Amino acid sequence: MGELRLMKGNEVLAEAAIRCGCDGYFGYPITPQSEVMETLMARQPWNETGMTVLQAESEVASINMVYGAAGSGKKVMTSSSSPGISLMAEGISYIAGAELPCLIINVQRGGPGLGTIQPSQADYFQSVKGGGHGDYKMIVLAPASVQEMNDFVALGFELAFKYRNPAMILTDGAIGQMMERVELADFKPRWTEEEIKVKSGAWATIGKAIDRERNVVTSLEMDSAKMEANNLRFQQKYKQMEEEDCRYEEIMCDDAEYILVAFGTSSRVCQKSVEIARAKGLKVGLLRPITLFPFPKKAINKLAEKAKGFLSVEMSAGQMIEDIKLAVYEAGKNTRVEHFGRMGGIIPTPGEVVEALEEKFSWEISYGVKRYY
Amino acid sequence: MELKDIIKPENLVYDKSEVQTDTIMHYCPGCSHGVVHKVIAELIGELGIQEKTVGIAPVGCAVFAYNYIDVDWQEAAHGRAPAVATGVARLNPDKFVFTYQGDGDLASIGSGEIMHACNRGENILVVFINNGIYGMTGGQMAPTTLDGMVTSTTPFGRNADLNGYPMKITELIAQLPGTSYVTRQAVHNAASVRKCKRAIKKGIQNVLDKKGTSFIEVVSTCNSGWKMTPVAANKWMEDNMFPFYPLGDLKDGVKGEPVSKN
Amino acid sequence: MTEEIIIAGFGGQGVLSMGKILAYSGIMEDKEVTWFPSYGPEMRGGTANVTVIVSDTRISSPILQEFDTAIILNQQSMDKFEKAVKPGGTLLYDPNGVIHPPTRTNINIFRVEGTKTAVEMGNPKVFNMIVFGSYLKVKPILSLDNVEKGLEKSLPERYHKLIPLNLEAIKKGQEIVETMQAV
Repeated sequence: MGELRLMKGNEVLAEAAIRCGCDGYFGYPITPQSEVMETLMARQPWNETGMTVLQAESEVASINMVYGAAGSGKKVMTSSSSPGISLMAEGISYIAGAELPCLIINVQRGGPGLGTIQPSQADYFQSVKGGGHGDYKMIVLAPASVQEMNDFVALGFELAFKYRNPAMILTDGAIGQMMERVELADFKPRWTEEEIKVKSGAWATIGKAIDRERNVVTSLEMDSAKMEANNLRFQQKYKQMEEEDCRYEEIMCDDAEYILVAFGTSSRVCQKSVEIARAKGLKVGLLRPITLFPFPKKAINKLAEKAKGFLSVEMSAGQMIEDIKLAVYEAGKNTRVEHFGRMGGIIPTPGEVVEALEEKFSWEISYGVKRYY
Repeated sequence: MELKDIIKPENLVYDKSEVQTDTIMHYCPGCSHGVVHKVIAELIGELGIQEKTVGIAPVGCAVFAYNYIDVDWQEAAHGRAPAVATGVARLNPDKFVFTYQGDGDLASIGSGEIMHACNRGENILVVFINNGIYGMTGGQMAPTTLDGMVTSTTPFGRNADLNGYPMKITELIAQLPGTSYVTRQAVHNAASVRKCKRAIKKGIQNVLDKKGTSFIEVVSTCNSGWKMTPVAANKWMEDNMFPFYPLGDLKDGVKGEPVSKN
Repeated sequence: MTEEIIIAGFGGQGVLSMGKILAYSGIMEDKEVTWFPSYGPEMRGGTANVTVIVSDTRISSPILQEFDTAIILNQQSMDKFEKAVKPGGTLLYDPNGVIHPPTRTNINIFRVEGTKTAVEMGNPKVFNMIVFGSYLKVKPILSLDNVEKGLEKSLPERYHKLIPLNLEAIKKGQEIVETMQAV
């Protein structure tokens, strides 16, 4: 068993990075995630594992430092919060276009604009639909506990390197600031130059050996036919992610008539809502997407067979609901999908969610049958 | 005399560096880029550092620099080359990392990244091509476009009230303590090419010796953008660019010194 | 066992650190724990509160409308959280910052003269540990051994010399807590 600690989500991200053999972190301060870099700087991992930590002049610079270091085959990451991620959008698109692995953490706050420093989940679209320009996708992991904040750092890197693609941990200020019992991973050494050469020597800027062609890390391709081929290859990769790396959790869904769909902080709230609803005799379950891209479409397809309704619970005006509706549509079902959310940094309470469910599905609850529309 | 009698090793007067690829350059005839590429390739070959070199290409005319110099390259987003180079250099301290950037890339959209990379004293070489115009996108105003100079976005000449003033970014860079060597060179004749090569060599040596940032501006021509013949462009540069952007070293010292000697 | 607690008072009263020690002690007892603070500008307004959940099983929502126990250290918090105690639940308060004592009739109410006792002990900083001791008396969910281990874990090494003083304060709190209403 690993070391047990009581830690903040943000602090755990830093500790997990050091322990999983991360080579470098580049970041810029922004509330509510500044503890990530503060923890790293206080830990001085350059003495312990040789990990580099650098405070950049902006998020734009941070993501481009990540881009450069990732291009040399290193395991690198950045973290920020919503407005900072908007600034990184260009760099993320380049990283996806150049097919580089890296880990990006978004500890979301409420927007738009400067918004609020309180938690939010309104960057769902930005994270799963691209965010930057061009046809690209990121693997998006949504931790719901401090333990998962720990676990998903190593997992994020693993998936990023599996696909040579940026991976994102999409969390929010609530989990970032919350402390929970966490079992830390054991230390793994950083990759040696020799290991990097074997793993990434075919594409990384590790210095051109005499006996090979030069490696050029770029997203640029002026030949349209070749650029289309690149895009098709990317799409194939995203499809493979959907096939092989979709993760989700079902809680009390087996006999559920109503399915709450929620990720991260909202999913924690909804776990309690399920308890409250069940105590009232309502058969409610929770589907918690762990990967937001790839989205657990198949799980929704299956639940749509017998569920009377889905309630998407998000700390936003309703973004994930579109993916749920698409999944229900693709299953050829017309199960009703509704949304309940709070904005501005407000986290819904478990009771509010149950009330919303009862109100939005009052017809089904009164008559006990599915309503078609 | 037959051709085969002439092509003999003892008659060799010039040989292309092995570090320069055989790819035909896309640069316009008369453009300074080709000369600077050649000089960099020669130096990488002469110093025997091909295996440890990583170049960071910009956005602009030199976006395809990676087609011409046979080392590992990374293509940066517009203006971000110094940040990309920081990422590579920090995690690969034994590599020779350089950026190659134009005036739009370095002094306009990337002014933040270049200032901070130089101020941190990143152990990199920056080669800065200043021809006072955006070549790649078709001749628009650059931050270094001279007052009164006609470009496609200053069709009546650059007007300070409307467009601001031409920026002497190299003078600003020379004030930053992270730099060790800041110089302004040109490549319009054989003597200046030799001088420029010496400057770039010093910059590379500084990086190999981990002395912080070396910054080499090359005042250049863009005869296509300027709409002149190559010869006229060289003359125009001497008459107009050099008085405003005087050649010579601005700082030749050590990292940590707060200001230039000037 | 799941115990959902709100600790609320002024910033500086040691609200967050009391929660932290409680949570760490829970880990030592091999329980699941969650510590969820109010953060941001709200704290600058003077009030600070933290939700602590200690459970034998996986913890669900850190956001709660009602609590098993409320530890209340000022009037603003009394106004906000007295009504949030579950029927049959527990409210523990320090009268020093509270002008209007609780009036609910369907909850257990305990009072601890924490501020006064801390001054008498010659160290106002142990106030939160006195209150914590009172809590442990009325809700003995954790053993004192594990609380000691929790203190060791949550305090930086340089403060470890203060652990005996803190334990003394906890014991004092256990002694002086008064039952005002039992349901």
